[in-house]
Formats: sequence, C-alpha cells, structure tokens
Amino acid sequence: MSDKSKSLAKAEDAEHDYSAGLAVIAPDAVKDPGMEPHRVRMTDKSEAHEKRAARQVAALFLFSIVSSAFALYAYFAFPIVEGSNASVRDNTLLLGLGAAFGMLAIGIGAVHWAKTLMPDAEVSEARHQTRGSEETRARAIEIIDLANKESGFSRRKLIRRSLYGALAFFPLPGILVFADLGPNPEDSLKHTMWKKGTRLTRDPDGKPIKASDVTIGSVFHVIPEGLAELEHHKLEEKAKAAVLLVRVDPTILKESAERKDWSYDGIVAYSKICTHVGCPVALYEQQTHHLLCPCHQSTFDLTDACKVIFGPASRPLPQLPIAVDAEGYLVAQDDFNEPVGPSFWERSVNE
Amino acid sequence: MNNARRNPLAAILVILAGLLVSGGGYAVASNAVTSSTASEVSQETVDAGKKLFLANCASCHGSNAEGGNMGPSLIGVGAASVDFQVGTGRMPAQASGPQVMKKPVQFTEEQTAQLAAYVASLSPGPSIPSEEWVGESALASGDTSKGGELFRINCAMCHNAVGAGGALTDGKFAPRLEGVEAKHIYEAMVIGPQNMPVFNDSNLTPEDKRDIISYLKYVEANPSAGGEELGGLGPVAEGLFVWIFVLGGIVVITIWLGAKSN
Repeated sequence: MSDKSKSLAKAEDAEHDYSAGLAVIAPDAVKDPGMEPHRVRMTDKSEAHEKRAARQVAALFLFSIVSSAFALYAYFAFPIVEGSNASVRDNTLLLGLGAAFGMLAIGIGAVHWAKTLMPDAEVSEARHQTRGSEETRARAIEIIDLANKESGFSRRKLIRRSLYGALAFFPLPGILVFADLGPNPEDSLKHTMWKKGTRLTRDPDGKPIKASDVTIGSVFHVIPEGLAELEHHKLEEKAKAAVLLVRVDPTILKESAERKDWSYDGIVAYSKICTHVGCPVALYEQQTHHLLCPCHQSTFDLTDACKVIFGPASRPLPQLPIAVDAEGYLVAQDDFNEPVGPSFWERSVNE
Repeated sequence: MNNARRNPLAAILVILAGLLVSGGGYAVASNAVTSSTASEVSQETVDAGKKLFLANCASCHGSNAEGGNMGPSLIGVGAASVDFQVGTGRMPAQASGPQVMKKPVQFTEEQTAQLAAYVASLSPGPSIPSEEWVGESALASGDTSKGGELFRINCAMCHNAVGAGGALTDGKFAPRLEGVEAKHIYEAMVIGPQNMPVFNDSNLTPEDKRDIISYLKYVEANPSAGGEELGGLGPVAEGLFVWIFVLGGIVVITIWLGAKSN
C-alpha cells in the first residue's frame, strides 16, 4: 500500500470512530483481515504496456465511432421494403448491432481505461453509523417544534381537521377505480352458450355438423351455433363453450349408466378447456384415444369419460350431452352439467 | 330375320350385352366415386403392386392385406394411405416403437403407385389428391390467411403454429411440416395416419385443405422477421438461449468488471 493511501485510510478511520451505539457486538466477530498486499500493474511497471493500454482504449472508442457510423449506414443501405419480412429483419438487426456496439465499446473502453491507466490505490472506507449525533437529533426536534409554532398546526384546529379530512378523502377516487375490476361474474362462470337444441357448428365458420360427417377417428373443433355471429363478448363465450367432437368405435367407450345417452353412436363431445388452468386441450391421439393438454401435459382418456390419467389437472373434462335432431344435425341436449375450465373460488368441489 | 331371332345363340348374346352394359356402367360409376382423381389404373399395375406387396408388406399386413398381430388391415385404407406411408418412407416400418419414423423412401415412384393401385383395388378408399388441390397453381391460388386460421384451429396444437412440430405422450410426436410434399400433407389430413386424427372433406373441405397447405408453403418461403427462429419452438428454446448466452455474457462481463488489471 502506498503511503498516500495508508494515510487516507487512517484519516477515514479517525473520522468515523463512532461508538457501536445500540448494535450488538458479537464477541467472536470475524476479525478485519485488512488490505490485501498491493500488486503493481504491468502498466505501472512498463511504459510500453502503458502506451499499449492507452492505444487499446483509444481503439475501443474508435470502434464505437465506426459502429455508430455503421448503424447510420445500415439504416439507409438496408431499407425496409414493404411486404418483405426479411428486409425488416436485416434493417433492425444491423441498425441494432451497430448502435449496441457503439455503446458497448464506450463502456468497455471506459472500464479498461480505469482499470489499466487510472491510479489503482486501494482505499477502505469504513461504514459509518446511521444514528445521528446528539446535537443533530436535538436540532431536528427544535426545527419541528419551530415549524409547529410558526405554522400553528397544533393551535389552528379548523385547518388541522380540514386537512385530516382532505387526506382521508383524496385516496377515494383511486379506490373507486378498482370497481372496474368487476362486475362480479355472478354465475356466468357456471353457464355457457350451450342449451337444449343448440347445434354443434364448426369453428370458425359456424357450419352445422351432421352426425354422418363425423367419421371414425375424426376430430371437429366445435363452437355453439350463433357464436360466430355474436357482436359482444364473442371471445369470452368461445373461451367457455369451445368443444372437441370425436368419433370412436362405440364398443370401446366406457360409459356410466347416467351418461349412456350423452353420446351418439360413438360420437362424444367434451369441453376443450383444461380443468387445470384453462388451456385448450386439443391434442388428440387417434390410436390411444388420449387427449393431451399442451401447457402442462395433463392427459385425459377420451374413452373413459375424459378421466385424468396424467398431469396436474384434478377433474375430468366436462362432457357435453349430445343428440341428433330431425335433420340429422348434432345438437346439445343441455348445457354442461358442471362449470367448465379451472377451479375458481366459488366453485364447490362436488359441482 | 325370324330364324335369326329364334337362334338359341341370340339369347346368350342379349344376356352378354346386358351384362356388359350394366357391369361396365357400374365400373365407370364406382370408379368415378372411389377414385375420381386417380388416372385409369391397368390390371398390370395392380398385379405388379400385388407382387411388391407380397414381397415387402405381407409379412406384417397378411398376404391378402387382411392385417395381423404385427400390422393393421389395409382393406379400405385407399391409395392415399399407401402413397403417404410408402411415399414418405414410413413404410415398410424399420422397427416397432412409439411411432413409425420418416426415413429415406424405399420404393421408386412407380413402385409406390403400383402398391397404391393394388391396395386401392381391394376395396374403395381415399384416393391420391389431384393436382387440382395440391398442384403448384392450386397452392398459389390458395387463401393463406384463411389457411392460417384453419391451421391454428385444427392443427397448430400438435404441429405448432408455424408447423415446427411438437411432442405428444409417451415418445410420440407430431412431425415438423417444413419440406413435406403438398400431396403428403393433404393425404395425412384425409387418412389420419398413426395417431393423427382424420380431417374428412366435411370437416375441412378440399379448398380448406388447399388453403392450409398454401399457408404452410407461405411460412416456409418467408423467413422469420425476428431473425433466428431457434426451431420455431417458442419460449422454451428462446428462454434457454437467453439463460445460457445472455445471462452467461452478463456474468462474464461482471467478473471482468470486478477483476483487477494485470
């Protein structure tokens, strides 16, 4: 350590020689190991090294100039051509690289400068206490008392109380806007657009589906009739009512007695909304009859009432009871008999 | 004249003529239904296909394509199925596993056509799509934005929004669609190979299928505006890149900032 830095460190220690105040001093506290031995840099030992470091710093700054100039050049040399994605990519990429290296080289040059050429004396700066001295604290109380006396805050009751009132009222508009987080969904989470007689139609064009259209192994992505024509809340309704329609060999369907008439000749319709966090479950494997959710790999067995066979989902996908109308089109018998999608606060477990 | 009419041969001639007309008419009609697009297939082609079938396929699919423990029945799967499975190299299968893999094609185009003709002759099934739907000019006239919408609704959950493919359960996966021939994409939608579901013509009309293929070819021909796609797999690949290279770079710079100069 040079003499200069040693004396500097001593001066600092003296200046910050406070008592420990209220702090607890552990008897076995780690001892300050002091400064590491000072190592002289090559740039301090040899003039050639110093000159080289200076040239490196200057070169970095010059590189910065070149990069920034390149960014300007690239902007004009690789213009964005309408209709060409590749031109957008080239323009933004080269402009960005030029500007980025323009800034980065300044930073690297400055750090290199500081590390190799600026004085490298080690200095330790002791942490000072946060508690002010007694005089400072007494002076602060004095100032507050004076402010109270001069403003009359304690004496002028009317002003003080009206200020309290104003302070109580001013956050209210801020709180009011939280009302826009509502309205309360009431029971809209428990019902969808499906009702008795609603035709099953193709997503996205709303074309009704005949039972005979659904050949074995087919998958139809289904929306309720009329959804495509909705003017308001179309996406909200779709997010609840989306259905996957699949036909399998009727003999492999394991149907409980109460759901016997929910399918039609091997055609089954299940909600497409995962019961875990609501992703669309639509990865259907024709041979295994598994339905896979792409978000967290919940897997449902389509032939067994969409029971969960893997993954984090806790409930089977709700089944839409379907039938065929007089014209041969598939229709819903009713809405889902349970809320679709993930659990929510007001949903009872047995619903 | 009278004598000729009473000739016993006349009755035979009349019956023969009737059979020819009705049989030929049926043949024409059924041909129109089952293979409206395929060109006329000669008996020699079917026979050549049968020979190839017996030599290469019958050990799993049975000598009459009736199926067995090792392979499914091919009766009624149609020419489209054969053209897809053999034309992409998936058949003959190399080994059993979660999924039969795409590999170098084992048969010439002619042999594939002969096999397809043989299997199609067993029972009616989907035929190979015509140039009307998968030809260059058809794809050029397709509506790519509608195709994109249909692709996102019906296909993207497995094949990824830009057709980069994706994982399914137990080692199965939806393959990448880049570089797949248009007719093979079309056939896959019609037949639903392996674990892919079927998208018949009342679900996705031939126009819809053409639009979807047009979209895929458009995506293939237009490079990503965002630069390197990292496989088009989305946040996983991109996140991994950021974690390893960007954070790694920041750590290296931080170490350099704190290190003393020599």
